Amino acid sequence: MTVSTELELQSFVLLRLGERRFAVSANQIAELVAPSRVFRFPHRTPKLEGVILRRGRIVPVCDVSEMLLGKRLTSRRFYLIAVRKYGAQREWVAVPVTGECELIKAEMMAAVESDAPHVAGWLSHDGDVIEVLNLDAITPGPEQLLAEAAARQRPEVRP
Amino acid sequence: MRLATPAKASPAKTEQIILFRVSGQLFAISSSSVQEVRSADSMSGGATEISAPGLRKVRHVLRRGDRSLFIVNGAMHFGLHAAEGAQLFVLRKTRTALLIDGIEKMTTMTQLQALPLSFCHEERQWYRGLTALDQTVVPVVHPEGFLSPQELALLDAALLQADKTESENLERTSAGQ
Repeated sequence: MTVSTELELQSFVLLRLGERRFAVSANQIAELVAPSRVFRFPHRTPKLEGVILRRGRIVPVCDVSEMLLGKRLTSRRFYLIAVRKYGAQREWVAVPVTGECELIKAEMMAAVESDAPHVAGWLSHDGDVIEVLNLDAITPGPEQLLAEAAARQRPEVRP
Repeated sequence: MRLATPAKASPAKTEQIILFRVSGQLFAISSSSVQEVRSADSMSGGATEISAPGLRKVRHVLRRGDRSLFIVNGAMHFGLHAAEGAQLFVLRKTRTALLIDGIEKMTTMTQLQALPLSFCHEERQWYRGLTALDQTVVPVVHPEGFLSPQELALLDAALLQADKTESENLERTSAGQ
């Protein structure tokens, strides 16, 4: 392997949601933990189930299965604790996954304009083409609230 | 070579809180935010009905001299199953009296964690943050988060209308006599 090809390889965590596999850049992953008690309290943010306690931190649990698969998965094997960026701030978000996770090195093809917002790129692994997830697009945050508000204010287009 | 001296750990700030339940769900509030705790029954005589369009969580108002306290049904505010509130918290420096199931206990919290930024809807107004107590996580409510300025304006308008209707009725009754 030449130095130039080595430089193009990046680390990813492969995760399983139902029958599908997705990838997340390994530098966005803090840890993988066994499911623990989810503390629930009233709120109005979709996709958030509640919070878990991890190493003294309160970590929100965000179920992304419905958005990615079109159906909600109730079974879960692990929580993938990812680092979510909110401007300059970084916070942990726990994403439930249904199967084993795997650390791989692969070359990512960047997403194109026609790709869905949750796609950061694509990679090829074991004969599969796998979506690399853009966590900022699949987990809620203030920017989504702004986008929703903008969409509500946008005048309706009439023929 | 001298190593940098580690920063001294500052003594943990503690805060007295009241744990209370609304529709079975546990919440916390700073005890300094609660001016009075009353039984809901004791208020029934002094409260008058009020109806502001689109604001179902407030059905009664309590008059205290010049001041009007709006009784907020905690279960409706949080979108929980409707429950008959048994107690009222009169919240300091607000115009809110909160209808709750009851008080669980008073305790001390040593740490208040900001609500994670993933929570990005109304709950950001509802809660000051979250606290971990006895291996459970409890949201700490914001006393000013029960009625927004817009909601207060709606309630004030409804109150004004109710007063106007009442005085008109009185005038009509006295004119009839």
